[in-house]
Amino acid sequence: MPKDNSIKKVLVIGSGPIVIGQAAEFDYSGTQACRSIKEEGIEVVLINSNPATIMTDIGMAHYTYIEPLTIDFIEKVIAKERPDSIIAGMGGQTGLNMSCELYDSGILDKYHVRVIGTSIDSIKEGEDRDKFKNLMERTNQPIVESDIVTSVEEGVEYAYSIGFPVVVRPAYTLGGTGGGICKNEGELRSILTQGLHLSRVGQCLIEKSIAGWKEIEFEVMRDGAGNCITICSMENVDPVGVHTGDSIVVAPALTLTDKEYQMLRKAAINIINSIEIKGGCNIQFALDPNSYKYAVIEINPRVSRSSALASKATGYPIAKVASKIALGYNLDEIPNAVTGKTTACFEPTIDYCVLKFPRWPFDKFFGAKRTLGTKMMATGEIMSIGSSFEAALLKGIRSLEIGQYGLERISSKKKTIEELKKSVVSPDDERIFDLAEMLRRDYKVEKVCQITGMDLFFVEKIRGLVEMEEDLKTLTLEELDKDTLALYKKKGFSDKAIAKMLGCEPPDVYALRKKWNIMPVYKMVDTCAGEFEAVTPYYYSCYEEEDEVVVSDKKKVMVIGSGPIRIGQGIEFDYCSVHCVNALKKAGIETLIVNNNPETVSTDFDTSDKLYFEPLTEEDVLNIAEREKPDGVILQFGGQTAIKLAKFFDEMNIPIFGTKAKDIDAAEDREKFDAILEELNIKRPKGKGVWSVDEGIKVAENLGFPVLVRPSYVLGGQGMEITHSKPELVQYLEEAFYKDSKNPVLIDRYLAGREIEVDAICDGEDVYIPGIMEHLERAGVHSGDSISIYPPQHISDDIKKAIMDETRRISVALDVIGMINIQFIEYKGELNIIEVNPRSSRTVPYITKVTGVPVIDIATRVMLGAKLKDMGYGTAIAPESKVVAVKVPVFSTEKLPKVEVSLGPEMRSTGEVLGVGYNLHNALYKGFTAAGMTIPEQGSTILATVTRKEQENFAALAERFAKMGCRFIATKGTAACLKAHGIKVQTVKKISEGVPNVLDVIRSGVVDLIVDIPRKANNANSDGFKIRRTAVESSITIITAMDTVTAMCEVMEKKIDRDKLDIFDLNRDIAK
Amino acid sequence: MLKKKVKASLILENGRVFTGMAFGYIKETVGEVVFTTNMTGYQETLTDPSYAGQIVVMTFPLIGNYGINLEDMESRKPFLRGFIVREKCDVPNNWRCEMDLEGFLRQNKVMGLEGIDTRALTRVLRDNGTMKGIITTRAKDLTQSQIKQKFDTYTNRHAVEEVTIPEKYVLNGNGPHFAVLDFGIKHSILKELNKRGCKLTVFPAFTTAEEILECKPDVLFLANGPGDPEDVPSAVENVKKIIDAGLPILGICLGNQIVALALGCKTKRLKFGHHGGNHPVREVDTGKVFVTSQNHEFVVCDLTNDVEASFININDNSIEGIRHKTKPIYTVQFHPEASPGPLDVQFLFNKFVKMSEGVRRNA
Repeated sequence: MPKDNSIKKVLVIGSGPIVIGQAAEFDYSGTQACRSIKEEGIEVVLINSNPATIMTDIGMAHYTYIEPLTIDFIEKVIAKERPDSIIAGMGGQTGLNMSCELYDSGILDKYHVRVIGTSIDSIKEGEDRDKFKNLMERTNQPIVESDIVTSVEEGVEYAYSIGFPVVVRPAYTLGGTGGGICKNEGELRSILTQGLHLSRVGQCLIEKSIAGWKEIEFEVMRDGAGNCITICSMENVDPVGVHTGDSIVVAPALTLTDKEYQMLRKAAINIINSIEIKGGCNIQFALDPNSYKYAVIEINPRVSRSSALASKATGYPIAKVASKIALGYNLDEIPNAVTGKTTACFEPTIDYCVLKFPRWPFDKFFGAKRTLGTKMMATGEIMSIGSSFEAALLKGIRSLEIGQYGLERISSKKKTIEELKKSVVSPDDERIFDLAEMLRRDYKVEKVCQITGMDLFFVEKIRGLVEMEEDLKTLTLEELDKDTLALYKKKGFSDKAIAKMLGCEPPDVYALRKKWNIMPVYKMVDTCAGEFEAVTPYYYSCYEEEDEVVVSDKKKVMVIGSGPIRIGQGIEFDYCSVHCVNALKKAGIETLIVNNNPETVSTDFDTSDKLYFEPLTEEDVLNIAEREKPDGVILQFGGQTAIKLAKFFDEMNIPIFGTKAKDIDAAEDREKFDAILEELNIKRPKGKGVWSVDEGIKVAENLGFPVLVRPSYVLGGQGMEITHSKPELVQYLEEAFYKDSKNPVLIDRYLAGREIEVDAICDGEDVYIPGIMEHLERAGVHSGDSISIYPPQHISDDIKKAIMDETRRISVALDVIGMINIQFIEYKGELNIIEVNPRSSRTVPYITKVTGVPVIDIATRVMLGAKLKDMGYGTAIAPESKVVAVKVPVFSTEKLPKVEVSLGPEMRSTGEVLGVGYNLHNALYKGFTAAGMTIPEQGSTILATVTRKEQENFAALAERFAKMGCRFIATKGTAACLKAHGIKVQTVKKISEGVPNVLDVIRSGVVDLIVDIPRKANNANSDGFKIRRTAVESSITIITAMDTVTAMCEVMEKKIDRDKLDIFDLNRDIAK
Repeated sequence: MLKKKVKASLILENGRVFTGMAFGYIKETVGEVVFTTNMTGYQETLTDPSYAGQIVVMTFPLIGNYGINLEDMESRKPFLRGFIVREKCDVPNNWRCEMDLEGFLRQNKVMGLEGIDTRALTRVLRDNGTMKGIITTRAKDLTQSQIKQKFDTYTNRHAVEEVTIPEKYVLNGNGPHFAVLDFGIKHSILKELNKRGCKLTVFPAFTTAEEILECKPDVLFLANGPGDPEDVPSAVENVKKIIDAGLPILGICLGNQIVALALGCKTKRLKFGHHGGNHPVREVDTGKVFVTSQNHEFVVCDLTNDVEASFININDNSIEGIRHKTKPIYTVQFHPEASPGPLDVQFLFNKFVKMSEGVRRNA
């Protein structure tokens, strides 16, 4: 069937903020959906609460609402825009859930909106546990037998009926806490007793154990006519037991015979046929490694993280084609963008090996429980393409930016063989390195397979790499011959890894490569293994014979992307990279993008003129630069990943557009930067590095408490604390010097003032500020974790002037060409600078959208040599908008066991949402709602546990809450303080005081909001830590900063009527 | 055991040389070089008699991962002339694995070549068309005229003779009786038919029409096989006779082409053939598209008025299946038995059986 012409206006629902399990892949799919619907002449209405996305860009949809993804707000959008259709599967689980709720609540019917693409009934067959079971029975597909039990006896009986071993999974506990594998009745009794106790609802799932089975995924497509194709198969290197999002995955499946492969493929197609999928679907199988037995684990009737991976792995644009199918097209009516000649109705075949490696946040979350299980913990992922598994694996490892260039890892080397064995059996993020280390110590390959369940094919490949590493260690640089080096390069070894093994420096290896002309070639990702001539400008490197890149002699610029999504470097930088490419294209310049993140828009093959899917290391990027000889590279938009390449590019004489390497260094080097500020007479909080406790006390007393203390050797706020008194300081210093006496501790004066942030563009003379952002929480909370307000609500004109002045002077002094991000503290009427980043920052997408200033476009043009004055900007702050927009951080801490929850100097959020209103409180109301925070109402119960210092402040707020009808439960100290203020409060026992205690109260579900203001974070044994963990694990809103509580109280006092709140179309109402 | 690595080269007719390492049974070999894009199923490919006389290049780089087993053989032995892979797996793993790739090739005297840029080779074949090649360990020693002579003496005209069986045999069944002409039949086809209850009398390729009709089959089934259909004119003549005798005819691949010639249609050589498991064909009657397994160098063209296309390849619009407008003749170019490849058109075997049953009832 051709296009359904009755479709005129389609609602697309985005996936909301980036959280673990739902990352940038839905920006990629949503963006493709918007584009492909729009190009059919159909109007697109978009709602997504996440401002950092490309899809919410001006002009991506016809009508863009950055509003909370709740039924109420979506209904508002529907009522206002009256779309005739909704597409359900483009916004991840959130989009799917919202679509189902809209359908179930009758809203779709009310407004005559029909679901296009896969129907709600079909979706439910995949999503609903019972319906899924029925579906599988109906289609004769085996599933993993399981049932929910509420008593030990019931469980034992069920286990016997399905046979041991069984897995126990307590319902509603994080990461399967309290569950486990039971081989016999005795084990089951003990684990089940514990599991039933831990489960909030007293339920456990008993499931037949298929641990050690292979985990295989298929991405499939079906159109309305019933044509079915599979896009890609994927195989988890880690067998069943580790969430597929936390597994190393290869595409295509590498260890299946054709019989096994076709058996699963056929099952996948039978399933999508029987539920009548119209679009994309992901199906996960478990396959017994010793028979033809298999089980369907789950199906996702939508585009997913895996479909993003499959798209990038094959070059087949799944989201785009799925959108076309939703509009009525059949697969054989949709042109194939890759060949330009054939249709989308074919199955990609690939002639390389793709590997996905998860990126975990454990480098930021020290002390987190790192054991991988059935709940995903990775924040992002990288993809690598190689001509062999080995090459893909090594490229993958160096793409992670975890300081690894090979399989040898220091932390693994330190472990005993027993420790290694333990580690690979219950896998964590370092499993692959531990496994390699075991093999290095001659541990038996077959035994590794047996205890890990990993296929011998993979383990043997890893053993081969370890052997190559060890072989290389026996050579010196002089002994290395051409053939050997060529072999190592072909297998994927980096110069850095080779140099390390040889005991020389990477440039030595590079020099040899030059001498012997061992250079990579670039091959095209073309969906068809070379069978047809393709037009996709999508490349990967390998050390083979033929290079397929055609290098043009046009003016060209290489844009360095930001790699995997991680805490502190999120989707915002992909947004920036894509916009930079767009700006360059507009200027008629050929664009090359280098990136390794399969979830992103930047790695779509039609974003830039050429896409290089490569690791972002010095060597890999240099290789491309040498091949393409770009006129310059742009580093400012790829976060720290790109910026840290500046020095190297400079040394290699590859021109950098924008701020020069030495100036970047001046901004990032504390001493150099201090000197500049001194010269400019610009204030920063005083501070000093100290080497002993005594010295520390002296310095702190000199500065005056409170002081900000942090170890000097870490970045990103790790280990940073505010100490308010001498004993606190002494304790911190003693611990710090005990851990590491070779480095100083930095002590800065802590200014409890207002934090202000600007992103600015400088052309060397003029400085343009699109907008000033004010943070709701006072200094001390990481800027990425605080609520950001634009336009500023509490900043005087004088301060604004001072901000303009200081920003201009610093930018000019640093010779900034392009973007700069500056963070200030306003303290007692004076500005202090706390941080300068000579690059684009995470607030750029936000400020771009709320001000309407095309920030990246301007910055890119400036980098190319244009002057702000000539563009009509000059030195100024852009006029402030009429609407207020707040950016509220969103956290994924509930998914990360043992990670601290409270806000502090270390960044913890994974994503952000926007709230827009005609005044601050309306904006905050929306921001809180969009972030999933509960705003208390009359009759709400607030649980409070507040550090002594803040109790008085809290009591004042509590009075206001109480006046509005909130009830209080508090721990002893806080309760006493509230009582003293005449507030009615129920005292709850501390954890040590017996049961029922504060944790039981939280778990019981009677609490609506928790206010926990800690004195000190990061102590996993403290009551506060446990309270906070229990709160997030029970999905109860918790606030840990007084300023946020105040804001919450004010919002409540405004008695905002949700029904009367305006919604804002980005195009018409915000950016003008 | 110490295995000595030996360098070997592929010399193409157009002069292009790819040098890698020899493996398997090391000898010199000449063949028509074709590539297949199947990502799995190298064993079925190796043992598919349709590849007789050819040197097969796997576009997927990692081959041999799950080894070789005795169950997935498509014929009694490999008939191809050479096997080219990017990387062969020396330590395969699978619960059914019984040998490794190299050992299998060695035992079956097939020359292998690994470690070359198989994508570059594929692109050469795609751009220039299928061409002959020599795999040799002494590329440097061969003179131009020696190479030319080797190419000139290569022929694949007797491929069917090479792969067919010497004597007929019977696979019993309670269903319709299929007379099968073995031009190099894949075992999967026999299995699929037998599984559906068909009694199969399998004849050598050049059995006369009379002899076939003598066993009173319900239907004649023409198998797949290697080479150019025009190289087996006697088979075409036999089929004509059987058509005249009114027997229903079914066929796959080479069988499809032979039927086409017997019906007065033509066949032509494709530039580089269709070899792989991802070829979309549209069923003319329903408009539905199926992903099929294919392996052919030649296609049917110039249909006569009595004949119509039943399937069309949607990549290049080539004819993928034909049927007679009035007679019970129905053949396909692709491989419903898959092996390797997708099982989407397996239902055609039901159709085959149904067609023959219908004939039996009417008889």
